[in-house]
Amino acid sequence: MNEPAAVSATAAAAPAGVAAPLLEIDGLNVRLIVRGALRPVLREVSLTIRPGEALGLVGESGSGKSMTARAIDRLLPRGAEVEGSIRYDGHDVAALSGTGLRRYRNQVAMIFQDPRAHVNPVRRIGDFMTEALRTNLGVPAAEANRRALEMLGQVGIGGGARRLRQHPHELSGGMLQRVTIAAALLTEPRLLLADEPTTALDVTTQAEVMAILDDLRREFGLAMLFITHDLELAAAICDRTAVMYAGQIVEVRSSALLHDDPLHPYTAALAAARPDISRTTARLLAITGRPLSAFEAPSAECAFAPRCGHARDACRAALPELVELDGGLSRCVRVREIRGRLGTPDD
Amino acid sequence: MTEINGGPVLEAVGLRKEFGDLIAVDDVSLRVQPARSVAIVGESGSGKTTIARMIVGLERPTGGTISACGHDRSRPARSLRDRRRRGHEVQIVFQDPYTSLDPRQTGEAAIDEVLRLHHGWPDQRRRERTAELIDLVGLDERQSRSLPRMLSGGQRQRVAIARALAAEPRILILDESVAALDVSIQAQVLNLLADIRDETGVSYVLISHDLAVVRQLTDEVVVLHRGRVVERGPTSQVLDDPQDDYTRRLRASVPRPGWKPVHAVPARPQQEAGSQ
Amino acid sequence: MSTGVPVAVLETERPWMLTSVQSTGLAGIASAAVIAAAALVAVFGPLLAPYNPDLPNLSLAWIGPGGGHLLGFDVQGRDVLSRLLVGARTSMLGPFVVVIVSVVTGVGFAVVAAWRRGAVDAVISSGLDILFAFPGILLAVLATAIFGAGLPAAAIALSIAYMPYIARVLRGAALRERSQPYVAALEVQGASATSICLRHLVPNILPLIVAQATILFGYAMVDLAAISFLGLGVQPPKPDWGVMISENQTGIVQGYPLPALAAGLCIVAVVIAFNVLGERLFERAQAGRG
Repeated sequence: MNEPAAVSATAAAAPAGVAAPLLEIDGLNVRLIVRGALRPVLREVSLTIRPGEALGLVGESGSGKSMTARAIDRLLPRGAEVEGSIRYDGHDVAALSGTGLRRYRNQVAMIFQDPRAHVNPVRRIGDFMTEALRTNLGVPAAEANRRALEMLGQVGIGGGARRLRQHPHELSGGMLQRVTIAAALLTEPRLLLADEPTTALDVTTQAEVMAILDDLRREFGLAMLFITHDLELAAAICDRTAVMYAGQIVEVRSSALLHDDPLHPYTAALAAARPDISRTTARLLAITGRPLSAFEAPSAECAFAPRCGHARDACRAALPELVELDGGLSRCVRVREIRGRLGTPDD
Repeated sequence: MTEINGGPVLEAVGLRKEFGDLIAVDDVSLRVQPARSVAIVGESGSGKTTIARMIVGLERPTGGTISACGHDRSRPARSLRDRRRRGHEVQIVFQDPYTSLDPRQTGEAAIDEVLRLHHGWPDQRRRERTAELIDLVGLDERQSRSLPRMLSGGQRQRVAIARALAAEPRILILDESVAALDVSIQAQVLNLLADIRDETGVSYVLISHDLAVVRQLTDEVVVLHRGRVVERGPTSQVLDDPQDDYTRRLRASVPRPGWKPVHAVPARPQQEAGSQ
Repeated sequence: MSTGVPVAVLETERPWMLTSVQSTGLAGIASAAVIAAAALVAVFGPLLAPYNPDLPNLSLAWIGPGGGHLLGFDVQGRDVLSRLLVGARTSMLGPFVVVIVSVVTGVGFAVVAAWRRGAVDAVISSGLDILFAFPGILLAVLATAIFGAGLPAAAIALSIAYMPYIARVLRGAALRERSQPYVAALEVQGASATSICLRHLVPNILPLIVAQATILFGYAMVDLAAISFLGLGVQPPKPDWGVMISENQTGIVQGYPLPALAAGLCIVAVVIAFNVLGERLFERAQAGRG
């Protein structure tokens, strides 16, 4: 059987005749100092996001999903070694500095999991929201406040000028997260990096915030990288979903097809491991072992092989490449063989 | 195992808890039959964690009664012996695997400490029982001799479960015990809990916000909203055909294949700081 | 969500004390060496002293170094080096007793306040605040009036003065530990309060206790030296470093600074060593919490 040639992820993901990618990550390798030695946390990560497109990034602990977002926003810890390129609108992000970097940060807005950890508790909401507008974009205070109020309305927070004078502790977690979304949108970014923005919220609040995020993103035509551990959540508002394991991208797929026709055994196993709200089963299809970080995984074979029900010798022979298949990408050497039955182990 | 002569292993009637002006729990009743498992479902502010804490004696009810294995525990235990007996009836596994174990104690030592509390066994017998419990939760000897910081979240939760089981409780309260775990690990632990239940006959009281987990592990469910019970019944029934508006909203908010978030109500500005 | 999966054990477990000091860097190790040297001298001083530290010989007063007397003679013609070596004993013993007493009682109060919380905590905290208001020197004067001058009185006074400080610092850490789920789990198991506090709570704040005790030693040394200098602590002609500064202070203006300075330098060196090591241990204790 002929194996499809490994194709550069960027070329594969962008069909001909479509706008140039807004964010292009190519062959990103990141090493950090972990326990005294330099170890890999991201391996050969390649992604493309087109303008206005939402890409989900799903993974468990150690998958590297948060690290990818930090690399894009240049928030990696000191001592990190980075190889490969991240290009935003054609510019090399690593080479930016001064005004260029500030402009980049205005265009690429990040929303974090715990808003309270990223908002200064002694400052008022209004100050926090309008800071970037006033200092970086030179917008006068009155105008900045007006825009802030309008944006708060968009995320469903009323209360007028009084709201701007409140402090973060006066708001619940869900409201504060909406505020950070509003603040992120004020600088008119073109790309939103959302790092588990709803993980710390109640499920009904999560649904509300997700709806707001989805609506506003479409309304403003923003691109988004939505990071989460929840496969179904990502699929809900993202056009395409990428799945990460042990610091690598193992699958990229259109969200609509991800659940029914996954292209990697890990994705299938992840979906199957989740309990179903509409059915009671005696036991869940659990994956044996535990998720590995990039620095724990073997470097010359498929990282998922030890836990995979479809693993064969070919899987342990070499590190599988990311190959194109049906508009998606897969890092499984056996994908064509086992397509359609990835969820059920072989023997 | 403690002898039960029919009747529920856990019964709470009219539970109430006030923190100053705040009514955290308002007239909540529940009953757990032997070998059955009940879920208490709600979001933040529902009072579910407060109820769990009242059942194990970490909080004192303002009103209402609780009894486990036929013994009343509505008031704090009088003596150390009383507290130990209660520990023999109801145990708890907390949510955060990173703070529910003493960082300076190995799993083996933690289990041994509990065994010492409840039994006057000689060293050999304790060692054997410890090994049994470690095996029951799917850990190996090396892991049981490691300090918590050397273990992953899932492994720590297993130690926490083993420690709770060392007291041989009739009821095990799982306070969001799998919420902080990765999906694949969560599945392993849920399977483990089902195995343990089959083997020991323990009853679970599952405190959770995750309806899918609730379905997987429990027979009955009680839905709480702002301290009050809004719906109760067999788990599959309540989840397949919710009667209460809040339960419906809760169910509609759970992501699943094909799910899309919609505004539950038209995007209307939130006025009070207290609500989400 | 769990943030990271720990790597399999790469290092072997080494004794806690050794790794603590080792991880404090060069300054920490140097300080530990100075402290160790001082401790050794405190124990073996009388055996190491080349000459009799107590025999006065006024005809030799103030004579400088030479002829086997490395640091010369003091105001009463006694060998300075010998007095330093023997004096190390009371100079180190005093602070040692102060630290032990204040730390043990301070930890006791902190743990009780943290465990019981509520009204008990409020009462203890208020009591500590009141005690806090009394400076060590004032209490030393009071103690001297009651018990008579001497090291015991001074040590008691200082212990009482330091105890609220230690209790305050540790109460915060103890409160944090007390509210951890693992403590709740033990309560639910029916473990007694004493057993939980002694076997779980205190061991988990031990790095902080040790760090604070180390820092406190330095302060106690300075305070006790000052108290002795004032004549309220160790009484002359005992060879205590603080006493030596007092006895030989006239020499500074008369052109014979060495005896007083030498004693002063000993104090300074040991105090700095304790401070540096203590601060490093404190940083490490804080980092361990994070």
